[in-house]
Amino acid sequence: MGYALQQLINGLTLGATYGLIAIGYTMVYGIIGMINFAHGEIYMIGAFLSVLTYVLCTALGLGPTPLVLLAMLFVSIAFTALYGWAVERIAYRPLRGAPRLAPLISAIGMSIFLQNYVQLTQGARIKSVPPLWQGSLSLWSADDFPVTIGWTQLTVVVVTLIVMTGFAWMITRTAFGRQQRACEQDPKMAALLGIDVDRTISLTFIIGAALAAVAGMMAVLQYGVIDFTIGFIAGIKAFTAAVLGGIGSIPGAMLGGLLIGLVEAFWSAYLSPEYKDVATFSILVLVLLFRPTGLLGKPDVEKV
Amino acid sequence: MLELQHVSAHYGPIQALAEVDLVVRAGEIVTLIGANGAGKSTLMTTLFGTPRASSGRILLEGEDITALPPHRIARRGMALVPEGRRVFAKMSVYENLLLGATPLDGAHVEENLRRVFSLFPVLETRRAQRAGTLSGGEQQMLAIGRALMSEPRLLLLDEPSLGLAPLVIRTIFRTIVALNREHGLTILLVEQNARQALKIAHRGYVLQNGRIVLEGSGAALLADPQVRAAYLDAAS
Repeated sequence: MGYALQQLINGLTLGATYGLIAIGYTMVYGIIGMINFAHGEIYMIGAFLSVLTYVLCTALGLGPTPLVLLAMLFVSIAFTALYGWAVERIAYRPLRGAPRLAPLISAIGMSIFLQNYVQLTQGARIKSVPPLWQGSLSLWSADDFPVTIGWTQLTVVVVTLIVMTGFAWMITRTAFGRQQRACEQDPKMAALLGIDVDRTISLTFIIGAALAAVAGMMAVLQYGVIDFTIGFIAGIKAFTAAVLGGIGSIPGAMLGGLLIGLVEAFWSAYLSPEYKDVATFSILVLVLLFRPTGLLGKPDVEKV
Repeated sequence: MLELQHVSAHYGPIQALAEVDLVVRAGEIVTLIGANGAGKSTLMTTLFGTPRASSGRILLEGEDITALPPHRIARRGMALVPEGRRVFAKMSVYENLLLGATPLDGAHVEENLRRVFSLFPVLETRRAQRAGTLSGGEQQMLAIGRALMSEPRLLLLDEPSLGLAPLVIRTIFRTIVALNREHGLTILLVEQNARQALKIAHRGYVLQNGRIVLEGSGAALLADPQVRAAYLDAAS
C-alpha cells in the first residue's frame, strides 16, 4: 500500500512535466493543424536557460535562495518564449498554406538544428546542478514502507498546478483566450471579425514555449542533470500524452500527461524500469489504432 | 460609403470577378442578385481581401482598402454576415457575440449586447448555450447579432435566407429593413431569393459570370423582363 502510494506521487510529479509540454503540442496542432516536432527542443532550451541563470547567479555570489529560483523560472520563460516565437516565424510561417508535409519536414529540421545549436554553444557534456534543496515531507509511515514527498517534488506539483490554473483561466475567460479558440475553429471567420490571426498564432507559440520552459526548469530541479538530447524523449512522450488525451484538446493534454506519468511510474516500480519507454510508446500505438481521437478529443464532424 | 472600381478577382487561374463597378451609398439597401456561382459571395469576401482583388480599387468611406489585411478591414466599420453563418459552434452564444465586438476592443459591449438582445430576444434566452446547438434561424440571428456588435456603418449580408423556413426568412427580412430604416444602417445584401431582396432594396445589381450585367432601382429590376425570366419566375 505504501509502495503504491509512493508510486502515485512519483507518477504525478512526472506527469506534471509531460502535461506542461503536451499543452504546447496540442495548442499548436489546434490552431495550425501541424505537429511542432521542435517543441521537445524548446523544453530542452528552457532547461538550459534555467541552468545558465543558476550558474550566473552563483557566479554573482548568490546562493540557492527562493529569489534565485524565481529568477531561474522567469529568465527561462522569457527567453524560451522568444525561441518559440522565432521557430514559428522562421520555420512555419513561410510555409503557411503549403502541403502538410512541408511544415512537418521543416519542424524536424528545426529540431535537429536546435539540438546541434545547443550542443555547439553549450558543449555535449552533461550539465549538473547540485540539489537546490533537500529533504522531504513524510506523509505516511504506518506501513513498513514510508511514503514521502520531496520538497522539490512538492514544488513541481504546486508550480504546475498554479501555472495550469492560470493558463486554463486565460484560455476560457479572457479576450485573448476567446480569440485563440476562435482562430482554432475558423481562422478565416476570425479574421473577418478583426482578429489578427498571425499574431494569435505567434502568441500560441510563445505561450506553448513558456509552459515548456516551466517544465524544463522543473526537470532541472528534479533530476539536477541535463544535456542537449533530453528534448527528444521528453518531447515524444509529451506528444504521446497529447495524442492520448486527444490532440487539440487542452484538458486532454493535461490528463494525458498525468496518465503517461502514472503509467511510467507504476510500470517502473512493478514491472521493469528498462521497459518503461516501451510501455509509453505502446500506449501511443494502441491509441492511434483504437481511438485516434484520444480520450477527450472529438471526431471532426463539423467540417464544412 | 462603398465603391468598387473595375474590381477583378481570381481563384488561381480562374477568374471569379471581372471589372466589377458597384456603389453603395450611405443609407441604402443595395442587393446583388445572380445565379449560383455568379461570383456573389466572392465579391463579398473580396471586399475583405480574401481573395485579394487582382486589379481595381475598393474604397470604403473614401479610403482605399484594397491592399489591407482582412482583420484591418474589419476595423473600419464594415461587418460581414457570411454565407452559411459560420458561428463558432463550440462556443456559447455570449462568447460569439463578444467575439463580434473585437474591432471595438471591448468598448460599448454591454450597450451593444442590449441592442442585439432587443433585436433578437431569443439570443438572450439562449445566451449560455453552445452556438452549434441552435437552430438554423437562431444561428442566422446570432451571425447578424455578432456582426452588429462591432457597430458597423456598412453591413454585408451573404444569403441570410439560405436554408431557412419561410416564417424565419420573413423575420430576418423584417429585421434587415428595420436596421436600415430605423437605425440608418447601410446594407449590401446578396440573395438567391431575388424577389424578396429586390422588394426591400433601394437599388440592385445583377451579377452573371463575375460581371455586372444590369443595374437599377429595386422596383425597376423587379419589373425587368430579363430579370423576371432569369431570376424571378423560376424561383416562384
